[in-house]
Amino acid sequence: MLEYKKDGWKATLALAPMLLLMSVFTFWPIINSLIMAFLEDYSFGGMASHAYARVIGGGTYNGIGFANFVQVFNEKDFWVALKNTSVMVFISVPLTVIIGLAIAVGLNATKKLQGFFQTVFFLPYVTNTIALGLVFGSVFHIEYGLINKVFGTVGLSWINHGATWWRAMLVLMVYTVWNGLAFKIIVFLSGMQSIDKQYYQAAQIDSTPRWRVFSKITVPLLSPMILYITITSFIGAFKAYSSVIAIFGTGDYGPVGNEKMMITLVGYIYDKMWESGTPFGVGSAGSLILFAIILLITFVQFRVSKKRVHY
Amino acid sequence: MERELYLDKEALRTFKIKRAIGNIFQYGFLILMALFIVIPFYWMLISSVKETWEIISPELTLLPHNIETRKIAWPWDWAWENYAKLIVGIPNTSGVGGEWTFRPMPFGWMFLNTIVVGLFTTIGMVFTVVLAAFAFSRLNFKGRDVLFTIMLATMMIPGEVFVITNYMTISQWGWVRTDNHFHNYLALILPFITSVFYTFFLRQTFKQIPNELYLAAKVDGTTDFKYLLRVMIPMAKATLTTIIILSMIGTWNAYIWPSFVTNAANRHHLLVSNGLIVGLAGAVESTGPNSILNLQMAASTLVTVPLLIVFFVFKKHIMRGVSRSGIKG
Repeated sequence: MLEYKKDGWKATLALAPMLLLMSVFTFWPIINSLIMAFLEDYSFGGMASHAYARVIGGGTYNGIGFANFVQVFNEKDFWVALKNTSVMVFISVPLTVIIGLAIAVGLNATKKLQGFFQTVFFLPYVTNTIALGLVFGSVFHIEYGLINKVFGTVGLSWINHGATWWRAMLVLMVYTVWNGLAFKIIVFLSGMQSIDKQYYQAAQIDSTPRWRVFSKITVPLLSPMILYITITSFIGAFKAYSSVIAIFGTGDYGPVGNEKMMITLVGYIYDKMWESGTPFGVGSAGSLILFAIILLITFVQFRVSKKRVHY
Repeated sequence: MERELYLDKEALRTFKIKRAIGNIFQYGFLILMALFIVIPFYWMLISSVKETWEIISPELTLLPHNIETRKIAWPWDWAWENYAKLIVGIPNTSGVGGEWTFRPMPFGWMFLNTIVVGLFTTIGMVFTVVLAAFAFSRLNFKGRDVLFTIMLATMMIPGEVFVITNYMTISQWGWVRTDNHFHNYLALILPFITSVFYTFFLRQTFKQIPNELYLAAKVDGTTDFKYLLRVMIPMAKATLTTIIILSMIGTWNAYIWPSFVTNAANRHHLLVSNGLIVGLAGAVESTGPNSILNLQMAASTLVTVPLLIVFFVFKKHIMRGVSRSGIKG
């Protein structure tokens, strides 16, 4: 116990910069979001173009309650966003994990050219979401895109004016998979390299077929990692925003003429933040709903996988 | 192959055929997926040096062609001027509409701003993270584990919860969409010079440093601060390098916050990501003889190439950071 006294002031000093910054930019926003979400018609005194009044201090509100949440649930945009995000997440994430696992297995078993393939597969990891989103927009361009030129379907709109929901969604999913693969491959590969070689040698002696080696050794031993990757990917995918903006390249969530077609949950939250006349509480309520969804997914996945994951 | 010793000829043959088929599938799959990864990069690079007539021609060309001979052009005849056009713009000569067909993009500023913001964010972050990781790994104080758990718990919360209030805070300080370049920098840097995740990451490395070293240093009368500077930081050099690189990449890729706090009308305040959107907004629809799809790809290339260089130079460090902890930069 003597030691506690000794290091107390040193710890205070060492932690001061981080705690100071975190209390302004992390802890306070959490508290403030919780408060704002439940303040009805919360507005900021003397709301000039961007001089928002002190929260609570200078703001006025009409009551405390669930009005913000009610407004969110009553808006069409929210449900569109929820649908878009869910479809994107529940198709693209499992797809990315499966393809990533397959590539990692292939890479791990490859002797020739392993370094080359590795470099290629890791490339998308560091790329700029906006820049590559613009590239995907160009690849799927209605008249000059690679896809339409290759398949002779020039004039078929993927992401330009007149695009259908499913076509735009397909492009988004292709981009999401492309963008997410590298990270999964890196993690799976390093996981596989840490699996004890004895298992594989034993399998080799019994001349076990590759498929059985994969399903009976690799997957079970990798299952904690697969679970971890799946959860983090679901969370990450639920926060999709920049990729959508980039694909359409207009600063909106859809092609000209249907600007909100592909709006995501995060997009919805930020829209509410900018919309004049909408109290900030609505955006806060939206962000808390997003948080609740993320918590729910994490919880469900832990539950489901409890029996299936070998630690 | 030891198999030849214990397999008869027939069995050996089936084994070899099976293995060959397996290999074909394996390499075929890898090559197919590698193409899927590489094609967008290829399309970006090659489109960026095509002239507009070739971009809008219905034919698919894999390399830039000469407009007269319709044959593949030599690299020195490719439309490298697209990159110059990005910076000087294309004036509108038709007399209809605005001054520009394509407004010049402030690439110099975009790069400079991103590097300044990235550098100071990283310096600040290393400072706060090293100190905090030191406190959490080496010092004994009341409530250490509780505090650390609370900090870790905040990582669960999506960034969107923070953004709204942070925007309000920063705007109260008058730094939002300001004309003051320095204040704009502050708005971009200040909220990001802490990182719970990197603190956690560095703490893990610090914890691996044997206790005996610390005790020995204590016997020699070394102060804690000196010990941190002379022993712990040098020993955690690899982890710190990873943190620095990932933090710089993070700034390079940041879009949401910069697009909120920067006034797009002040074009010399733009970072690379929001600069791309601001500079190219609406351009995707510009089909026809004035299509700037090639310029758009040139802009994407300019933003992507520095990242690729960093990736190739620091590949080992990046991989290490990612595979150790599973983070998305």
